[in-house]
Amino acid sequence: MQSNILLVFLQPMISFERFVLSNGLKVLVHEDNTTPMAVVDVIYDVGARDEDPNHTGFAHLFEHLMFGGSVNIPIYDEPLQRAGGENNAFTTNDLTNYYCQLPVENIETAFWLESDRMISLAFNAKSLEVQRKVVCEEFKEHYINKPYGDVWHKLRTMAYKHHPYRWMTIGDKLEHIEKATLEEVKSFFQRYYHPANAVLVVAGNITVPRVRELAEKWFGEIKPGTPTAHNYEQEPEQTEARQMTVEASVPFDALYKCWHICSRTDAKYYGTDLLTDILGGGSSSRLYQALVKEQHLFSSISCYHLGASDAGLLTIEGKLIKGVDIKKAELALNEQLQRFKQKGVTNEELEKVKNKTESAMAFEDISLMNRASSLAMYEIIGDANMMNTDLAKYREVTTQEILELSNEIFREKNSNTLYYLAKNKVKE
Amino acid sequence: MNRLLSPEIKQAIDFHLSLKPYEYFELNNGIPVYLFSGGSQEVVQLELVFFSGNFYEAKTAVAGLTNSLIRCGTKTRTAFELSEAFDYYGSYFGSSCFSETATITLHGLSKYLNKVLPLMRDLLTEATYPENELNIHRKNFKQRLVVNLKKCEFVAGRQIDEMLFGNTHPYGRKIELANLDDITVEDIRSFYDRYYKNGSCAIFISGWLPNDVQQQLNLALGDLPLQRPDFVIPELPLTPATERIVRIENDSSSVQGAIRLATPFPNRHHADFNKAGVLNALFGGFFGSRLMSNIREDKGYTYGIYSFFKANMKQNAWLISTEAGKDVCEAAIGEIYKEMDKLCNEEVGEDELLLVKNYLLGAVLGTLDGPFQILGRWKNIILNNLDENYFTNSIHDIKTVTPAEIKALAQKYLQPENFFELVVY
Repeated sequence: MQSNILLVFLQPMISFERFVLSNGLKVLVHEDNTTPMAVVDVIYDVGARDEDPNHTGFAHLFEHLMFGGSVNIPIYDEPLQRAGGENNAFTTNDLTNYYCQLPVENIETAFWLESDRMISLAFNAKSLEVQRKVVCEEFKEHYINKPYGDVWHKLRTMAYKHHPYRWMTIGDKLEHIEKATLEEVKSFFQRYYHPANAVLVVAGNITVPRVRELAEKWFGEIKPGTPTAHNYEQEPEQTEARQMTVEASVPFDALYKCWHICSRTDAKYYGTDLLTDILGGGSSSRLYQALVKEQHLFSSISCYHLGASDAGLLTIEGKLIKGVDIKKAELALNEQLQRFKQKGVTNEELEKVKNKTESAMAFEDISLMNRASSLAMYEIIGDANMMNTDLAKYREVTTQEILELSNEIFREKNSNTLYYLAKNKVKE
Repeated sequence: MNRLLSPEIKQAIDFHLSLKPYEYFELNNGIPVYLFSGGSQEVVQLELVFFSGNFYEAKTAVAGLTNSLIRCGTKTRTAFELSEAFDYYGSYFGSSCFSETATITLHGLSKYLNKVLPLMRDLLTEATYPENELNIHRKNFKQRLVVNLKKCEFVAGRQIDEMLFGNTHPYGRKIELANLDDITVEDIRSFYDRYYKNGSCAIFISGWLPNDVQQQLNLALGDLPLQRPDFVIPELPLTPATERIVRIENDSSSVQGAIRLATPFPNRHHADFNKAGVLNALFGGFFGSRLMSNIREDKGYTYGIYSFFKANMKQNAWLISTEAGKDVCEAAIGEIYKEMDKLCNEEVGEDELLLVKNYLLGAVLGTLDGPFQILGRWKNIILNNLDENYFTNSIHDIKTVTPAEIKALAQKYLQPENFFELVVY
């Protein structure tokens, strides 16, 4: 594929070539001859959203098991480390991504390891037993043993009534992980871990013919399967405001508000992303200036979204200054949003967040690993070339669009509000 | 093709690793500038390093507050206007205060460097430290501190430093709520005046550098009354704890304990440093380490366990850190000591050692292609006042260390009775 697109970008294009093996495995190659390293990234189109509501946390637990040995190789990590490589993986509500980086001379080791665990895992009972415990400790470390650690559990449950985004990637509850069986692990593997449900990205100082040869050799013979059908309900439009109050042993009250927004592939995504940054991205953002610096109601406030593949949430979260009534703080926040909906943004404000976005994207693309990962994730949601067209789409967003979007998003009926109150107020 | 056999590999110890040289020039006022040009994206990273860390403060927390409030107003711009101006050009302004040094950094698009350098000049000459900005910041800082003090890992991190170095030394001093009340804008302004406006500074700039980068830097910073650093950190007295083993209950509802074990250990100038780095990797420095294999992958006591050297320029320490289920904390500590004991009594196999070396060298190789990472390595060498050959020597140490040396180093440093042992529940 020639990169003959004539749009002018500040950032160089991230060039790549794509081919598909006969078993359905998509392969993307990104050549970069300035580095001695290579990255091999395998992404599977399965995430927490594909789980059974009564067996949540499975996609992530499974990711742990992928390191517990495969059909011909007892330990994944050891041969890779021996080849001078390192690796990691992550699971989201949408997908599971495995990546490793190693000296390009040793790239075949990565093909050997990744293809073997795509053929089959070892399904070792001890590995399941241990990883169940490890994941339970991860659950405790991040979501229980930490003030405000369970916020997202509560927000998801409130905002989603049908879509599987209603539970966290780590799982809805510890018990779901504790009772996972080897049979379930096997059927999960068969359903989701096969060539037609994966994308392989290879990046580094390596040619396309060489990648093709290696891909055919190691992955070509793996049995094809059926791509994931994401068979779950989409969230219907929310028709009335939702409110929840909890008390917990935290030092300060906190306010969280979420509104439903579009999916990642919707044309409105770019405006939504910029709008988020205008409101709550850093110290020149509107909410920080008004509510932290001028009105002294919050000690911190931010506005963000999680970039989910399906329709996601825009969230504003703020910790209150001690002694401030949460109703008063919420009122002040609503006033800011009201003004935003009426008056919109200035050209300068919009230009500012576009420049910030351009800069952030350039920094993200510095590392070979990030480039490979981004190609893989974009390919899973539709087309890896979005990596090269995103910036132009951000640039096209107008102040009028931001105004319309803010009125569409910040509707009372679309809102979910959580008061997270301190039970035992801590003395200062 | 036999899937049982791994493909042939080139051993990482056979790779030639070298650190590309930096460029150097001095501003008109003599301030050293270290440059590294390159990279695929048109972005630049500028870092001003001041010798203005906690070592230089007379009152606890002054160094940190001076650093973080520097962006909160100048004679001609409010805090908001400064943030707006940096953001408008897609620049990310950052500041950090460490024990010895403090930094002011900019990440941004190369084409706008000339737009943001005047802002940097403004910060370094005309920062005003308004009283109301201090008050807002102090209040918010205190609230964050109160939240952090609920986290066992935060409490444990502070406590182990105090045990190692004592509560009067900058390496061990904890910021308490009361310290923050005690600070006035005058304290901060006078620290700013001495350690920033007239302070010792070194400049590091990397990325896609404009052709006139030297002129741009000179125009913005070349006439400021800054001092050339001598890279010497003052000696301050240590008062380590007398009690070696400590258990603290921080939160009665916690489901995990934060475990920290620590022993004094030399800094980068010591001949043992790099070889002990290989021992550290083997012990707990990467995912395939002995501690991780035993305590996570075999026992499932924790999501992760690591050992590492602190980055202190003067007195240093070797730490082991993990969060483990409340009921298995003591068992986990027992296993840590068992692993130390094993390293002291049994020579590591050549094969396992080779794996660790390959892993370490592969990781280094992966960081030698980007301008930020290359200059980052040089910065470390320069600020620590190390020899120009430090990188080459450290690679040589990693490649050549023997199982017998590893065992001797374990016997020298991994003695349980020399470790502070802390659990915060």
